[in-house]
Amino acid sequence: MKIAVCVKQVPDTWAEKKLKADTSTLDRESADGVLNELDEYAVELALQLVEANSGEVVIVTMGPERAAETLRKAISMGADAGIHVVDAGLGGSDAIATSAVLAKALEGRDFDLIVFGSESTDARMSVIPAMVSERLGLAQVTFAQKVEVEGDTLTAERVTDYGFDTLTATLPVVVSVVEKINEPRYPSFKGIMAAKKKPVETLSVADLNLDAAAVGAGAAWSEVADFAARPPKAAGVVVTDEGAGGTSIADYLTTSKFI
Amino acid sequence: MSDVLVLAEHHGTEVRKVTFELITAARDLGTPVVLWLGSGCDDSTLASLGNFGATKVLVVDSAEVSDHPVAPGAEILASLIGTMQPAAVLVASSADGKEIGARAAIKSNCGIITDAVAIAPDLTVTQNVFGGSTIVHSKVNHGTPIITLRPNSVSAVPESVTAVIEHISSDISDGAQLVSIVNRNVVEKGARPELAEADVVVSGGRGVGGAEGFGVIEALADSLNAAVGASRAATDAGWYPHQYQVGQTGKTVSPSLYIANGISGAIQHRAGMQTSKVVIVVNKDPEAPIFELADYGVVGDLFAVVPQLTEEITQRK
Repeated sequence: MKIAVCVKQVPDTWAEKKLKADTSTLDRESADGVLNELDEYAVELALQLVEANSGEVVIVTMGPERAAETLRKAISMGADAGIHVVDAGLGGSDAIATSAVLAKALEGRDFDLIVFGSESTDARMSVIPAMVSERLGLAQVTFAQKVEVEGDTLTAERVTDYGFDTLTATLPVVVSVVEKINEPRYPSFKGIMAAKKKPVETLSVADLNLDAAAVGAGAAWSEVADFAARPPKAAGVVVTDEGAGGTSIADYLTTSKFI
Repeated sequence: MSDVLVLAEHHGTEVRKVTFELITAARDLGTPVVLWLGSGCDDSTLASLGNFGATKVLVVDSAEVSDHPVAPGAEILASLIGTMQPAAVLVASSADGKEIGARAAIKSNCGIITDAVAIAPDLTVTQNVFGGSTIVHSKVNHGTPIITLRPNSVSAVPESVTAVIEHISSDISDGAQLVSIVNRNVVEKGARPELAEADVVVSGGRGVGGAEGFGVIEALADSLNAAVGASRAATDAGWYPHQYQVGQTGKTVSPSLYIANGISGAIQHRAGMQTSKVVIVVNKDPEAPIFELADYGVVGDLFAVVPQLTEEITQRK
């Protein structure tokens, strides 16, 4: 099996995130860049499938120079190779352009599976897997809490509002996973050392035969008019419980007409 | 006025509340026309969409749509964008809604904005990003704007019109039928409302101390007909199931009332709940950052405060 896992470098989940005043894009420099958490589950799924069926796992990312660290981090979990799409012209790309870049980087490489985390913790749109699947004309099995592959048949459970749907498809398939699917492994010391020697292919927009005018901030199909920090909330009332704390909340809820 | 196409969100014949919110939002932008995808719908359910102002309901009643996820819906939506040239397309910010919108955006060369909390008549979209810490106004500038709306952001306001029901045929390509739904599994949720849609959410965190501690959280939730949420500390520890996690790596909620119990209020958690309208906090640490969001807070032991509150609510109802 040949599996691609698409990962994203995002600002540390525990850090405060801000937009930059000049470009209205995420200020990525002010926080540590980390591997998007849900992508770790995607890597874990790929590694488990390859361990059970043999094959290789290739980590794919689009991002600035420093996203290379995140690519190595994902490889250090046990993957075999990496593809890094890096180009100054890509900054400010929207989901439409990002999906075009990823689709170009993935096509023609005979992947049986292309795995994503179901959302990134920064943009949280959850649309890239669907868009890539649409562009490549591949089956889409997303928000999966369980994935099994038997021969060339994939069976999965897609999380829904009411429970889950059991889905089947024939490979190749684009998959996105939710956190329930597995428990990602930590990179071992051996994995971290080995990752330094794994081949990483670096590709530019031109290498992908993409029109430079179709990517980047200028090509975005939506634009930010303005943004502002949420005004701080007016200070509320805080009391110390001296035996009637619960009753005092009930009084507040009665006054506010919740009860 | 031009049409505004609304994709109905439903489970079988049960219309989700967000559908009425979408139709209400569409009324400010043009004439609401609803697209209903899936087999087994009955006329009275479809007609009920008129109670919120849907002038027309386009129905694709076909097994090809019901038996295959996302891709058939995207194909139909894209074809309607082409023929109807609506002013905008509104879908729910659900898994299906976002993905159908996303695929239709690629097919139709249209821009998409997700997780809107408000849409102005000029189609400027308001989003609360980074967990609500930043408010962004933006606009689609290419093709028909496809906008996904977060549940609970717009109040559904009735406006009775007679909805014309029109069945339309569908030619679903083979390429949109690559994935089959072989079984729909309904997980018993009990009587509590859906977390993302709930009007009241009662959450527990590290201070709850263990799985058994969630008993008092659930009792309070039930007294208010609320959904139960949990912080990441609680779900990571296995005290409460992951699907109830509120926060950056969990669900985003925006209820009228949010009661945070034993939750310190790390950015991780605040990102999932800080757009709640009224926030009540119970925490024994007076320095907990969650108190910054509190409209009303009690510094104290949640195992004393919460049961007393539950008792009071039950008595006063």
